[in-house]
Amino acid sequence: MTAYSPRYTGTVTKYIFVESPEMTPSDLAIRAYEISHGVMIKETCFGLQVTGNEDEVNQIVNSLRALDPAHIFVKDRGFPPGDPRRCRANLGGARPGYFGHEFEMDLIRNVSKGLESLPSRKPEDIPHPPAPSAAPRLDAARLKKIIESQES
Amino acid sequence: MAKVFLYPTTSLILSDLVARFGHTPLSAALQIRERIQTPGLESPPLQITPEEPKKGLKWAAVEVPSGVRGRMSLYGPMIDKAEAAIIINNADYSFGCMGCARTNELIKFLIRKRDIPVLDLEYPMNENEGVEFVAAIKRFLDGLHGGEV
Repeated sequence: MTAYSPRYTGTVTKYIFVESPEMTPSDLAIRAYEISHGVMIKETCFGLQVTGNEDEVNQIVNSLRALDPAHIFVKDRGFPPGDPRRCRANLGGARPGYFGHEFEMDLIRNVSKGLESLPSRKPEDIPHPPAPSAAPRLDAARLKKIIESQES
Repeated sequence: MAKVFLYPTTSLILSDLVARFGHTPLSAALQIRERIQTPGLESPPLQITPEEPKKGLKWAAVEVPSGVRGRMSLYGPMIDKAEAAIIINNADYSFGCMGCARTNELIKFLIRKRDIPVLDLEYPMNENEGVEFVAAIKRFLDGLHGGEV
């Protein structure tokens, strides 16, 4: 067992994903560097990772989101960028954890469409979102009866 | 501003929409960050230590596998803090080993048992569904305390 000393304590890291026909991750990175004031910015193939003091990171995130609000998406990240336990430079292959992002990025254009149409929607319109099927499933009592009928 | 539990807890779409509409998303990253930034003994990759399954006993019985209890030590405190929840039911990527599958069932059960407002959805597979999906989330979040309505 070795002692663990965390790096970047007291900081937050946020992912910024861009899926826009008008903006690339490098455009976003240039804008982020202009306003970063010492906050760590890492450009990636999907957007950016921003690490620093929470207030400064939120300020940068809000400024960047304003550039293309319907096509820039933000979420928290637990690890700082380049962490040897997560970074694929150390792991020698694709790192785990991007499957969810990959799946959601395929659908994100639908969410962008929803965000774009939101201002023109009347507040009294009741939304009908895709909901789980209400078809009844086999209940336990019925299953028990089936089992008993087979046993007898 | 309400604390909104997300399922899947790593969802980018939910995390973004909840924060965008003025509430606090409770996602797995916050719990991981807390562990990553706490000094102690090296326990890669997620700094999950043998203490976690013990903490998980608050939400899962002792005969439940330690994998479930360890995961519940991450998600349990967020479920307890949550004031509302948004659940996406067809998140196939969140299915993993038996630990994950049983944890997912337990998370949904505990959320429903909390008796807090819950929005049940599925991922939008086309643009029309996307429009309704976003509108439903906005409407749900506006109805919570600290929302726009």
